[in-house]
Amino acid sequence: MDADALLLARIQFGFTISFHIIFPAITIGLASYLFVLEACWLKTGKPVFRDLYAYWLRIFAVNFAMGVVSGLVMAYQFGTNWSYFSQFAGGITGPLLAYEVLTAFFLEAGFLGVMLFGLKRVGPGLHLFATFMVALGTLISATWILASNSWMQTPAGFEIVGGRAVPVDWIAVILNPSFPYRLAHMSMAAFLATALMVAAAAGWHLLRGRDDPAVRKMMSMAMWMLLFAAPLQLAIGDLHGLNTLRHQPAKLAAIEGHWENEPGRAVPFTLVGWPDMRQEKNHFAVEIPHGGSLLLTHSWDGQFPGLKEFAPQDRPNATVVFWTFRLMVGLGLLMIALAAWGAWARWRGRLFESRALWRCALYMGPSGLVAMIAGWMTTEVGRQPWIVYGVMRTADGVSPHGAGELALTLALFVVVYFVLFGAGTVYMLQLIGRGPAPMAEPEGGPGEQRTPSRPLSAAGPAAAAPSEHG
Amino acid sequence: MGIDLALLWAIIILFGVMMYVVMDGFDLGIGVLYLFVPGKDDRDVMMNTVAPVWDGNETWLVLGGAGLLAAFPLAYAVILSAFMLPLVFMLLGLIFRGVAFEFRFKAGASARHFWDKAFIAGSIAATFFQGVTLGAYIDGVPIANGAYAGGPLDWLRPFPIFTGFGLIVAYALLGCTWLVFKTEGRLQRRMVQLARPLTLGLLAVIIALSVWTPLAHPRIAERWFSMPNLLWFAPVPVLVALTAYALLRALRTEPHAGPFLLTLVLVFLGYSGLGISLWPNVIPPDVSIWDASGPAQSQGFTLVGALLIIPMILMYTAWSYYVFRGKVKSGEGYH
Ligand code: HDD
Ligand code: HEM
Ligand code: HEM
Repeated sequence: MDADALLLARIQFGFTISFHIIFPAITIGLASYLFVLEACWLKTGKPVFRDLYAYWLRIFAVNFAMGVVSGLVMAYQFGTNWSYFSQFAGGITGPLLAYEVLTAFFLEAGFLGVMLFGLKRVGPGLHLFATFMVALGTLISATWILASNSWMQTPAGFEIVGGRAVPVDWIAVILNPSFPYRLAHMSMAAFLATALMVAAAAGWHLLRGRDDPAVRKMMSMAMWMLLFAAPLQLAIGDLHGLNTLRHQPAKLAAIEGHWENEPGRAVPFTLVGWPDMRQEKNHFAVEIPHGGSLLLTHSWDGQFPGLKEFAPQDRPNATVVFWTFRLMVGLGLLMIALAAWGAWARWRGRLFESRALWRCALYMGPSGLVAMIAGWMTTEVGRQPWIVYGVMRTADGVSPHGAGELALTLALFVVVYFVLFGAGTVYMLQLIGRGPAPMAEPEGGPGEQRTPSRPLSAAGPAAAAPSEHG
Repeated sequence: MGIDLALLWAIIILFGVMMYVVMDGFDLGIGVLYLFVPGKDDRDVMMNTVAPVWDGNETWLVLGGAGLLAAFPLAYAVILSAFMLPLVFMLLGLIFRGVAFEFRFKAGASARHFWDKAFIAGSIAATFFQGVTLGAYIDGVPIANGAYAGGPLDWLRPFPIFTGFGLIVAYALLGCTWLVFKTEGRLQRRMVQLARPLTLGLLAVIIALSVWTPLAHPRIAERWFSMPNLLWFAPVPVLVALTAYALLRALRTEPHAGPFLLTLVLVFLGYSGLGISLWPNVIPPDVSIWDASGPAQSQGFTLVGALLIIPMILMYTAWSYYVFRGKVKSGEGYH
């Protein structure tokens, strides 16, 4: 296996999964949001909820399609590009993926049609049930795939027989040491990313003077979600880090840019700096004395392993994970600040008056997705050079392809993804930009091609542009 | 344990792939048929007949892949890395046609043409490369030291290319008779017209394959033409002939669901013929399902779920089809 082909396979995986994960995150968040909206509508009968449901459903539909097709690629890539890994670990990752298909993908797909197109056909009660099943499916899906990924990070419950991983205890495989933290952290990331997107949409409309009950409701709901989720994410992340220290100390040392311990001396927290893998030190470091000890050992001068305690070929790239981690945490802190500001404005009755707040909400729109990608980069690059931590090296997992095929397919994926998902993003932004439309009255007005549930029909032409057809 | 896990898994995977071929077959076929139907309204109707179900149809493909990885990791690794290029082309095709479902309706009049073309090209590419992969698979996958031992372009041969085109005809016929079932009026009449040549085309493909495959593969010839086997398998070609005849007849009088069901039978027969040719190998020509089996713990663990959950999946999938039963009318999406 030559080094170029390995690098290309890695880039291909990182590229396709990074695109993929964006859509599921929004799918997970929006599906639950839609369920809440529909439940509120059925309970209160207030039209704002129905209008918001119709509005976000169309955006959800576009996003979901992109999630499905980019996910399809992932399911096959393990075989096409990581065949030795699949042979070695297929007995473990295969059943987890198979359960994901059985319990989650079919559930989502089976009820999606009814959710998108079926309101008139099944009535509100069953329709709410369909929405619930889709939302549940997305969370089940996250559970299985994160069990699989977490097993690669902190493998447990298996033994190696005849050159392959054989499960001996499924409970231990699934509930492996990093799984609970990763599941909580990633689900919260999905909710946060969605809440920030909803808040940005509301901010955009408020800034342009569209101040109606639906837009206000969006802003209000998103701010409540942020207020709850952003601080919780910090707490989960802290526990996640402590757990990583226990199971993947080399990753943690890289995240902290911590090279070595001096006897009896507390570990500082390096706020910024440039970890240099060759010279084994940080340039331009700005440190907070005792910070590292406090954060990671919760004591005044506790110590934890430094990178130099690991052989050079077993170290992850500290320059990358140091910065991706700081990007994620920095954005997380900004989210907490935004949530606090929102709460304060609400308390003073200024949530729907403060343009500065709306503008910040708008600018923070993509920050959830950026933090999420940065988090994954930290996790995955920090796992290197292992594909199954401590058990199999990434270089040993890759398929025996030449660089030529891999370069060709990578180039195709890059072009196709940017064009198609770029167009999809534009459509989503256009839909968001149109804003929630109050639904027409039951018979549908003259010139309206569709009856009132039309805006609910995801495959239909957008209600706000009736002139185009008719 | 007394249970032959590998055998059960082979059956489940065969069933999953069968479901995929049948279900995604007709919605990919609709993409092919777009070529023959230029009008926007008709195209809207065609797409609306599958919009609520296409995602579920495609999920059977994911089940096939995941099941293979869970039960036969060696086969998953070898087959997928052997056919990396055609599979990637297939996936790219599926991406184009999957997003086209949504984008087409969101786009303005000018961009719609682009997404229509994306839908057509994506459907044709996905189908063609599935067929190519199938043909190359029948041809066999060279393997050494537990890894694929051929070159990246080994699939570029006449037989796989032929199966690629053959599958386009099969899916087009599935899509065509599905539309006969789900539409009415002018569009339905157009589909009835198209169904006849497509049926004959598919018959020609089946005959060509039945001659070519045993000629090229002595083992397959032996499987079919050696003595008690010949008697056992003789009904397959006879049934194919009868079904094709019934299908052509059904198209003559007020057709409804009949042609679609008969096409399903036809596809099923072709599929069983293939199964007979290859059984019990999961990596032709000589790695059997038992050789490629993953750990028994993995097969057993997943089997429990598969046996419990697949019936439930079939139930709610059927329910979803039931919700969207009936003819799709022009100008009317689903409500
Ligand atoms: C935290 C959640 C999460 C993560 C980490 C991943 N996915 Fe994903 N995936 C989903 C959450 C999800 C989802 C929310 O369930 C999607 C999005 C849209 C959809 O239909 O389901 C989905 C779709 C989706 C599909 C299409 C399913 C269908 O046909 O309906 C496949 C095959 C995969 N994924 C496979 C993968 C693989 C192999 C991954 C890892 C390498 C992966 N996903 C990471
Ligand atoms: C079953 C789940 C997963 C498996 C089996 C898996 C496996 C892999 C493999 C094989 C690679 C390439 C090796 C390498 O890093 O060089 C990789 C890299 C990567 N993965 Fe994962 N991964 C999984 C989930 C995820 C998820 C959900 C994300 C979300 C974004 C992700 C993000 C990344 C990134 C960004 C890289 C590139 C890092 C790098 O190349 O250094 N992974 N992973
Ligand atoms: C606010 C403080 C935060 C802390 C202290 C924190 C902590 C961590 C740590 C230590 C990891 C690496 C775990 C490992 O690989 O072993 C991680 C990963 C990750 N983070 Fe954060 N995080 C924070 C905020 C966020 C935010 C705001 C998001 C996104 C909205 C986010 C999304 C992720 C994701 C997606 C991963 C990769 C998946 C995983 O390993 O769980 N994090 N985080």
